[in-house]
Amino acid sequence: MIFRLTLACLFAALAGCATTGEGDPRDPLEPLNRKVFAFNDALDNAVARPVATVYHEYVPGPLRTYARNFFANIGDIFIGVNNILQGKPGDGLQDWARFLFNSTIGVFGINDVASDMGFEKHNEDFGQTFGRWGVGEGAYLVLPLLGPSTLRDGVGQAIDIYADPLTDVRPISLRTTAYALRFTGNRADLLDAGRLLEEAALDRYVFLRDAFLQRRRNLVYDGEPPREARPRYEEEEEKPQPPQPEKPSTQ
Amino acid sequence: MKTMKTLARILLLLLVTSFARAQAPQDVTPDVLVKAVTLEVVDLIAKDKEIQSGNRTKLIALIDEKVLPHFNFTAMTALAMGQNWNKATPEQKKLLTQEFRTLLVRTYASALAAYSEQKFDFRPLRAKATDTDVTVNVRVLQQGAQPVPIDYNMEKTSAGWKVYDVMVGGVSLVANYRTEFANVVRESGIDGLIRNLQSKNHPPARQAAEKPAERQGADKK
Repeated sequence: MIFRLTLACLFAALAGCATTGEGDPRDPLEPLNRKVFAFNDALDNAVARPVATVYHEYVPGPLRTYARNFFANIGDIFIGVNNILQGKPGDGLQDWARFLFNSTIGVFGINDVASDMGFEKHNEDFGQTFGRWGVGEGAYLVLPLLGPSTLRDGVGQAIDIYADPLTDVRPISLRTTAYALRFTGNRADLLDAGRLLEEAALDRYVFLRDAFLQRRRNLVYDGEPPREARPRYEEEEEKPQPPQPEKPSTQ
Repeated sequence: MKTMKTLARILLLLLVTSFARAQAPQDVTPDVLVKAVTLEVVDLIAKDKEIQSGNRTKLIALIDEKVLPHFNFTAMTALAMGQNWNKATPEQKKLLTQEFRTLLVRTYASALAAYSEQKFDFRPLRAKATDTDVTVNVRVLQQGAQPVPIDYNMEKTSAGWKVYDVMVGGVSLVANYRTEFANVVRESGIDGLIRNLQSKNHPPARQAAEKPAERQGADKK
């Protein structure tokens, strides 16, 4: 009984969120998400971005590439697992071939020799594997520290983190160093994008959310989502256009 | 974090590639056009020391001359406005298109300034000769990362092939502005959106004074 009541309260709260303003149906938790977004932003301004800037300024480019390749190589193991789980054994074997060649000829993965050999890098994770088998993305979420996600991708990320080979690295101090190095490198690669976002977006929260959702949808379809017809609007050009019904294409 | 990183590349490359002026726009197929102009612009930037040392005015002039003639900004603005486009007066439409264009060019210039020697893979066009609405695929290759696809949605007009949307890594530029525009229009009307874009494009003096310092830091690397 109490459980039901709690559930009812929860739904009421969610509905309450959903009805404040005319929010986006994909983002019923927008008020909460915006708070987490602001928190992440503050943390980024205070710590992550300054550290990443120093890293980018003082660590030579080739060294940063080695570090990037090293972590990307470890990532290929579970990218392969996910490709197989998605019913693409060919792609999965290719990911493992990448790992094999890069770990040996590429010296512990610091050189991406596999790409030069024609084994292209893929982008897969457990969230995409769920999506591949028809799991909808659910509500948009902004996770503390991790950033944009969805209900589905959040569960996927939990499995990604659990499966991440770095999680098993011991001693803990070494693991923490590896995490920190990977995070700093990733953040450093984002520096230019952050400035772009600043310039391009009217509302950074909305811009990032929509880009994230579009991007995830594209990834689930491995870059080939069904093509949508282009809607037509009047006086769009000088030449006359036959009127066609509007089809919303943001999903 | 991995997704964020990919998103980063996407934003970076959002408009990185570009199109040169075609000699005979009527005869050139859209994929050939994209390739010719991308290579021309990248080459011009590589040769220009002033642009490389951060001369934004010159970069914007280059974009203006080589890239913009191949975009249909009215169509892009209409697509980003969605249903609200039909509610706008001709004067509002003109202002919206003008401001959206300025915003895109500014963003574009920043993306190009961050460009660094990536290789391009120009994909063969998958379309019939009679098609008038096609997607041209280009891929940007980078070490240790999945190639980033850049798709140009192009339409054949009386003035040649024109781009009406750019998708980077599957993120449509036009679709991405749709929610933002709709939100502002709902809150403060179409004039409110025009004012919003204007203040974004022409920031007050204080912000303008801060910008150059920030850019210097960005260009140092």
